[in-house]
Amino acid sequence: MAFLDRTARSLLLGELVSGMGLTLSYFFKRKVTINYPYEKGPISPRFKGEHALRRYPNGEERCIACKLCEAVCPAQAITIEAEPREDGSRRTTRYDIDMTKCIYCGLCEEACPVDAIVEGPNFEFATETREELFYDKDKLLANGDRWEPELARRLELDAPYR
Amino acid sequence: MPKLTIDGIEVEVPAGSTILQAAEAAGIEIPRFCYHERLTVAGNCRMCLVEVEKTPPKPIASCAYPVGEGMVVHTDTTMVRNGRRGVMEFLLINHPLDCPICDQGGECDLQDQAMGFGSDHSRYAENKRAVKDKDLGPLVKTQMTRCIHCTRCIRFITEIAGVPELGATDRGEHMEVGTYVEKALSSELSANIIDLCPVGALTSKPYEFVARPWELSKVDSIDVLDAVGTNIRIDSRGPEVLRILPRLNEDVNEEWVGDKSRFALDGLKRRRLDRPWLKKDGKLTAVSWAEAFSAIADKVKGMSGDRIGAVAGDICDAESMLALKDLMASLGSANVDCRQDGARLDASRRDFYTFNTSIAGIEEADAVLLIGTNPRKEAPVLNARIRKAFVARGIPVGVIGSETDLTYRAQQLGNDPTVINALNDGSHPFADTLKNAKNPLFIIGQGALARPDGSAVLAAAWRLAGTMGALTPEWFGFNVLHTAAARVGGLDLGFVPGPNGKSVAQMLDGGVDVLWLLGADEIDTARIGANTFVVYQGHHGDAGAHRADVILPGAAYTEKSGTYVNTEGRVQRGFLAVYPPGDAREDWTIVRAFSQLMGKTLPYDNIDALRMRLEETNVVFSRIGFLPRFGCSDPAAPSGDPAALSDTPFTVAVENYYQTDVISRNSPTMAACSATTPALAAAAE
Repeated sequence: MAFLDRTARSLLLGELVSGMGLTLSYFFKRKVTINYPYEKGPISPRFKGEHALRRYPNGEERCIACKLCEAVCPAQAITIEAEPREDGSRRTTRYDIDMTKCIYCGLCEEACPVDAIVEGPNFEFATETREELFYDKDKLLANGDRWEPELARRLELDAPYR
Repeated sequence: MPKLTIDGIEVEVPAGSTILQAAEAAGIEIPRFCYHERLTVAGNCRMCLVEVEKTPPKPIASCAYPVGEGMVVHTDTTMVRNGRRGVMEFLLINHPLDCPICDQGGECDLQDQAMGFGSDHSRYAENKRAVKDKDLGPLVKTQMTRCIHCTRCIRFITEIAGVPELGATDRGEHMEVGTYVEKALSSELSANIIDLCPVGALTSKPYEFVARPWELSKVDSIDVLDAVGTNIRIDSRGPEVLRILPRLNEDVNEEWVGDKSRFALDGLKRRRLDRPWLKKDGKLTAVSWAEAFSAIADKVKGMSGDRIGAVAGDICDAESMLALKDLMASLGSANVDCRQDGARLDASRRDFYTFNTSIAGIEEADAVLLIGTNPRKEAPVLNARIRKAFVARGIPVGVIGSETDLTYRAQQLGNDPTVINALNDGSHPFADTLKNAKNPLFIIGQGALARPDGSAVLAAAWRLAGTMGALTPEWFGFNVLHTAAARVGGLDLGFVPGPNGKSVAQMLDGGVDVLWLLGADEIDTARIGANTFVVYQGHHGDAGAHRADVILPGAAYTEKSGTYVNTEGRVQRGFLAVYPPGDAREDWTIVRAFSQLMGKTLPYDNIDALRMRLEETNVVFSRIGFLPRFGCSDPAAPSGDPAALSDTPFTVAVENYYQTDVISRNSPTMAACSATTPALAAAAE
C-alpha cells in the first residue's frame, strides 16, 4: 500500500507542489533581508569593530602609554613608543595598530586602565590598499573624535557588567 | 650554631642570624620591603611577619628577630596571613596605585607582593596623602607620593656610598625622604638606590617612560668604562640599548654599579662611526671598505715594519688587541703599546700590574695605603669595598696624593713620591701603623705611574710592601689599580713594545710613518707628525678620528662579544646585545679582513679559533670569571730604582669621573652630571 501511495505522489509531483507551497508561504511572511548599505542590522554594545583612541571631555588624550594593550595583544598588532611630554606627563609618541594583523579579540580594550583604546561599532573601513590599514595615532584619535558619542554610550551600557 | 625549625624544615644557621636569614637558608621566601642583605636592619615595613611558638601570641618581624636554639617558626598560619594582609592594606592606603604610568610597573616589589597578600578592593575612602617630589640630580627621578618609607635609599647612601645626604624628616604619615636642603646626590654610586627602591618612588631619569621590562631582551655583559670589570646586564629593544643594570658578582661588584657605567649608554647613539672614511685632499670622504683597505695597503706595502706602529685604547677587547698585535707582527713591527697614558707598568711579571689582593680580599685588610690614586673617582665600586672594610673594622687608611673626600676617614700623608721612602725607612709616623698591621694593603694608582719617575714609584712601592710584610705567601698586599678596562688584557697579551719596539711616546713623536689607533682617543693627537699616516679603528668620532687619514668603523662593547681582564686580572666575557650600526663591524674581523688583503692572512676564521689563539698566547685567558688568589712567591722587585724618586706631586688620573672615555664624553646624561658637580662645573667655566 505504501508503495502505491509513494508512487502516486511522485507521479503527481507532490514534493514539488509542497516545496512551492513553502516558498509561497514565505511570500506572505515579514522580510528578513535588508538593503545593506542603506539599511543596517542592529549590533550589540559589545560589538568589536574598528579601533579608536578616546579623549577626556577637556580634549586631553586618555592614553598614558602604559603599554598594557601592547603586552596583551595576542596578534602583536600594537606598537607603542613613549616619552615624557613637555609638562612631564607620560604620553605616547607613537601608537600604531596594524589592522591587518588584528584579530578583533577586544583584549586591548579590556586591558586599558583608562578606557582609551576601544573597539567601536564601525565595521565599514575596508580600504583599497594594505597600507591604509596600518593605523597610526592620528588616525586612531580621529576615529575617537568621530565616534565619541557612540563610544561613550556603549561604555555606559556595558558598565553594569564590567 | 643554633638549630631551629621553620615550617617543619630543620635548619642550622650561625648565631646572630635573623629568622628571615634562617628561612632563606631553609628555602622559604618571606616577603619584605625594608630588609636588604647588604644594609643594616631597619625593621620598619613589617611585611616579614612570622609566628614563633612559645613567644607572646603576636606576629614577629622576622628580619629583626635573632634565632634561638630550638625555636619553632611558622610562616604560613592564619595569624601570619592576616598580619601580612593588614600590613599590605596599610601600605596601600597612601600608595597612589598609579601603576600604569609608573616606570617600576612590571618589576615592582609592591606590585608583586600585593598580588600575593593584597585585597582585591580598598576599604579606604578618605583622601590619600601627596608629597612634593625632590630633585636628586640628573640621574634619579623621584615620585615621593609612591614612597613606602622603607629607608633602603637612606641606608644605602649613608652606609655604602658613604655620603650621608639622604634622610627622613618628620614622622609617621608625615615622614618624607629627602636631602634636607635640595641638592643633587654627590655619590658616584647614587643610582643604585633606583634598584634598591622596592616601589616606583626612585626611578631612572634618563630611562623615564622609555620602555617596560617585558619588552626588553637581556644580555649579560661586562662593563668597560672603568677597570673593575663590573658585571652588567644590557637591556635592549630592537637596535637600541635602553638601560644597563648591575649583575650579582660577590667577588667583583657585589650588586652595585657606578653611575657612569649605568648611564653613559646614551653616548652609544651619538657621533658614531657607521661607515669607513678616507681622507682625500685633506678632507674625509665616505668610502667603501675595499677602498679604505686598499688605501692603507698602498701605504703599508713595502714599508719597513719598524716604521709601522699600533696603539690600543682603553676600552678594547682582548680579541681585537690580539688580532692587531698578530697583524703588526706579520708586518714585521714590534711597535705596539696599550699604555696610552704612558704609565710605567712593568709587564714582565703579572703580579707587577694586577690587583693581587683581589677586590673581595680588600675586606681582609687591616691597613690601607693609597698611592697616587683616588679610588672614589677611578673605581667607585672598589672604593665601596674599602669603605666596607673601614665601616666593619675601622681600619686606618693613609693617602699619598692630593687631598680629597674618599667617603671614609683617611689620613693625608703627603703628596709626593718621597713619602714612600720615608715610610719605608720608618721616619714617617704612619709607618708604625703599617708595620703593626697583619694584612697591610697597598694600592698604586695610575696617577703615580703615568709620570717620568713612574717605574721608580712602582719599585719603591713594591719595596715598601715588602718591608711592611705584604709580600708573603700568605698575604699579597701589593696592588695596582687601573683606570682602563683594556689595560690588564693588553699587558697579558704582551701588547707592549717588543725588542727595539717603540713606546706610545716614541710613536707619537715621529717614530713611525703609519700609526694604527685601535680605539685610542686619550693620546695627544697634536703630537702626531703631519706626515704620519693615521688609521683610526673605533666606534666614535672623537680625538683619534679627527686626526685620522682612514677611519675604520668598529663596534662598541655592547655590540660585540669580547673578553676583558679587570684590574684584578680576572678574565670575563661580555656578549653581543645589539648589532653595530651601519657598515661597522666587530673589531677583530676588520683586522682579519685587512690581513687577508695584505697577503698575510691571520690564522683564525671565527671567534672560537681566535680565542684558542688567545689561550695559547697567555694561559690566563682560559680561566673565565674565576680568579685564583696567589700569595707572593717571588719578592724580586720590578725594574726601576726606588731611590730615583722625584718630589713632583702626584697628579690625578681621573679628573672628571663622569667623562673619561669616548662613550661617556658623548653622553648627554654624563655631561649633565658633570654640570651638577660644583667643582667640575667651576673648572669648565
